[in-house]
Amino acid sequence: MGETPFLRMEGITKTFPGVVANDRVNLEVRHGEIHALLGENGAGKSTLMNVLYGLYQPNRGRILLEGRPVTIHSPEEAIRRGIGMVHQHFMLVPPLSVTENVILGLPGARGILLDRDQARQRIQEISHSYGLEVDPDAPVGALSVGVQQRVEIIKALYRGARLLILDEPTAVLTPQEIQGLFAVMRRLVADGHNAIVFISHKLDEVMAISDRVTVLRNGRDVATLETRETNKAELARLMVGREVLFRIEKPPAQPGPVVLEIQDLVVRDDRGVPAVRGLSLQVRQGEILGLAGVDGNGQRELAEAIAGLRIPEAGSIRIHGQDVTRLDAGDLLRFNLAYIPEDRQREGLVLDFTLSENFVAKRFRHPPFSARGFLRRPAILAFARRLIRRFDVRAPGPEVEARKLSGGNQQKVVLARELSQEPDLIISAQATRGLDVGAAEFVEQQMLAQRARGAAVLYISSELEEIFNLSDRIAVIHRGEIMGVVRPDQVTPEELGLMMAGIRRDDLSGSAALAQVPDPTQEEASS
Amino acid sequence: MDMDAVVGLLHATIRLATPLLFAAIGGLYNERAGVINIALEGKMLLGALVAFMVAFSSGSPWLGVVAAAASGMLVALLFAYVTITLGADQIVAAVAINLMMLGFTGVVFRLMKAAISGSLSAPTFPEWAIPGLDRIPLLGPVLFRHLPLVYLAFLLVPLAHFVFYRTTWGLSIRAVGEHPRAADTLGVKVRAVRYLTVLWGGAMAAVGGAVLSIGHNSTFIENMTAGRGFIAFSAIVFGKWTPLGTMLASLLFGFADALQLRIQAGILEPLFRSLGIQEVAYQIPVMLPYVVTLVALFFIGKSHWPAAAAIHYDREEG
Ligand SMILES: Nc1ncnc2c1ncn2[C@@H]1O[C@H](COP(=O)(O)OP(=O)(O)O)[C@@H](O)[C@H]1O
Ligand SMILES: [Mg+2]
Repeated sequence: MGETPFLRMEGITKTFPGVVANDRVNLEVRHGEIHALLGENGAGKSTLMNVLYGLYQPNRGRILLEGRPVTIHSPEEAIRRGIGMVHQHFMLVPPLSVTENVILGLPGARGILLDRDQARQRIQEISHSYGLEVDPDAPVGALSVGVQQRVEIIKALYRGARLLILDEPTAVLTPQEIQGLFAVMRRLVADGHNAIVFISHKLDEVMAISDRVTVLRNGRDVATLETRETNKAELARLMVGREVLFRIEKPPAQPGPVVLEIQDLVVRDDRGVPAVRGLSLQVRQGEILGLAGVDGNGQRELAEAIAGLRIPEAGSIRIHGQDVTRLDAGDLLRFNLAYIPEDRQREGLVLDFTLSENFVAKRFRHPPFSARGFLRRPAILAFARRLIRRFDVRAPGPEVEARKLSGGNQQKVVLARELSQEPDLIISAQATRGLDVGAAEFVEQQMLAQRARGAAVLYISSELEEIFNLSDRIAVIHRGEIMGVVRPDQVTPEELGLMMAGIRRDDLSGSAALAQVPDPTQEEASS
Repeated sequence: MDMDAVVGLLHATIRLATPLLFAAIGGLYNERAGVINIALEGKMLLGALVAFMVAFSSGSPWLGVVAAAASGMLVALLFAYVTITLGADQIVAAVAINLMMLGFTGVVFRLMKAAISGSLSAPTFPEWAIPGLDRIPLLGPVLFRHLPLVYLAFLLVPLAHFVFYRTTWGLSIRAVGEHPRAADTLGVKVRAVRYLTVLWGGAMAAVGGAVLSIGHNSTFIENMTAGRGFIAFSAIVFGKWTPLGTMLASLLFGFADALQLRIQAGILEPLFRSLGIQEVAYQIPVMLPYVVTLVALFFIGKSHWPAAAAIHYDREEG
């Protein structure tokens, strides 16, 4: 124990207007360790590491590196002191090549002249010694997120980083890619000189990879523990501040007739590249079809196409048997469709509108909310108050702007608007992203309640745990195609991971569980 | 048209492209660094006036150019301060500078006219024919009998290419224009890069203005630039933010200008007469460069601005 720790952060306080992001936080990282920083969204993990990396200046507190107090005014200084950071949102310049991204900001070996050849060689050396395969000449924007992450790690190592900060590095990876990353991480700390701070809000990952873990909650450090002396339940309790249920009880599904039927759908993304490529699926009344997949595999485009926000290139979408392929969102109102978009702040809400305005956004043209072109405020306010109560929205009142609410409460406003109309079909995209555990649980319970009411739910999520909890059937999307449809009790997370990485269910060899998963259609036909 | 006329037209194309090229190639630096610059117009206009005044009073056109560059940098510094440091909107700040410069140059020039009796004519540059090369048939007279500033403008093109793609500075400039935060996390000084490129752009725009007043003419006229700053801005967009493309676009606009001068001078008279048209209002050919600008923008299709163009960067704003 007597050894000087690599890093000590003492009493770090960092405030933003109206928020105390870090409140007297302490953190100690030893040589050769992988130290997990665990906390819910908004707990202050990124802020703390941005302080260490010189991006934010703390209001109070001090930093010691190898026992010596230092002040870090800029990322440049952090780099010079051997700190490297892979940000939650990658800091890569898409049009530049891998090599250019790596050497950006470094003085060249030949003065101001770029020395791409020498850089390329060193990148390959780093690549080989840590198993970070990458083509040095590829433009970064063309690489998959998994490979982009390798570029980020190489960038830090190229600068001689010895303390590597990885901010939620697993969020964008498939389970297999996560294993690959863990292998790289272990190799990096193997010689005992380096250290890694691994930020995550996923308990399994923290248990699997870290030596010690520091838990942050509401900007404070609540505990630092040896990983092998703790367990998931304890960590969850520390992170959330109360007991957490890991599984939601769910009565068996009673699927009815097909509500949503998609056939050979092709949808282009904003750049005109097909993002959904010949996709077919069905969702029945009273069932939740979970759509699993790594972010950016066409989920957004699919959801937008169904919601009438993006016109498909080919194929068809039917709701209750009627062709709605080319209808826009306005036309779709009469199909009683609920859409919970991926980006609640930009698409789900008008942030500068009040809650009551947001609640009636889809219905203000009709009685009782308006008459002869005039809005009827009493009816709107009464309705808003009812929803605020029913959906437990924590807000000062119906006249407050949506912008003023926390992420979890904003999502409740979206849910309240979309679900209060008792929809026949619900398209939900990454509905729990960025929410704390409590709010996420609320969302999941609402989905189950809708299913019990008889709604058909297409539940898009990149969180496997959630997909397992909620789905009656799971479809896996990869590059805009369905890799297979399985039942949650007949598949392992590993198998789902392989499908998320692009292996079709039919090609998963030797897995009996996957051999035959009936589509309810056929099941019905045969019974 | 005979050979002389063709040579004359092409020579004029290069001559008239030169002011645009100075402004556009200079502006390209700050555009690539993510600072939009529609204040090229105002800086050109100021450069035209300052060059004229200094050349007139000192007798040295070179001193005029240097003074113009300095004045352009001064205005650029103001622009940089309000946009980069204070975070003001780049478009609004540029519009303010353009209007301010229009008024300022007009007033100063009138005061100067009132104060000085006699001819208001400044010394201009002599033509530098490049010995040997200027004897090449056709090419010689088109390319190698120009003012020194013309050669300088065209040398700035390969220089910009070299800086952007072969130096660490250029890499930093491009990164700052695409993703300033990423550049910042790697220790690139985002503000410094933006300041320096804006200053350089300001200097070059003003030199472009100097070409208008003391290059080929030897006088200043109110609102002498007449929108050339905006055309230079379009040349950057039309040239897709590359030095070579910007040069070709500047040449296209220079050609349109050269052609319109000739139409005014009557080269199309026989054609008009055969069509039964007696007279064409001079305003119509004058529109040509502007019409070409519009049409050109039709043809380039969707343009890809540097991703961080016109976006203020503040480290703690996340
Ligand atoms: N640049 C910023 N400006 C204002 N508030 C911020 C900024 N960065 C973070 N915050 C706030 O600080 C708190 C902690 O955020 P963050 O450190 O990103 O949490 P985590 O990484 O644990 O999810 C949040 O309430 C967030 O809204
Ligand atoms: Mg974070």
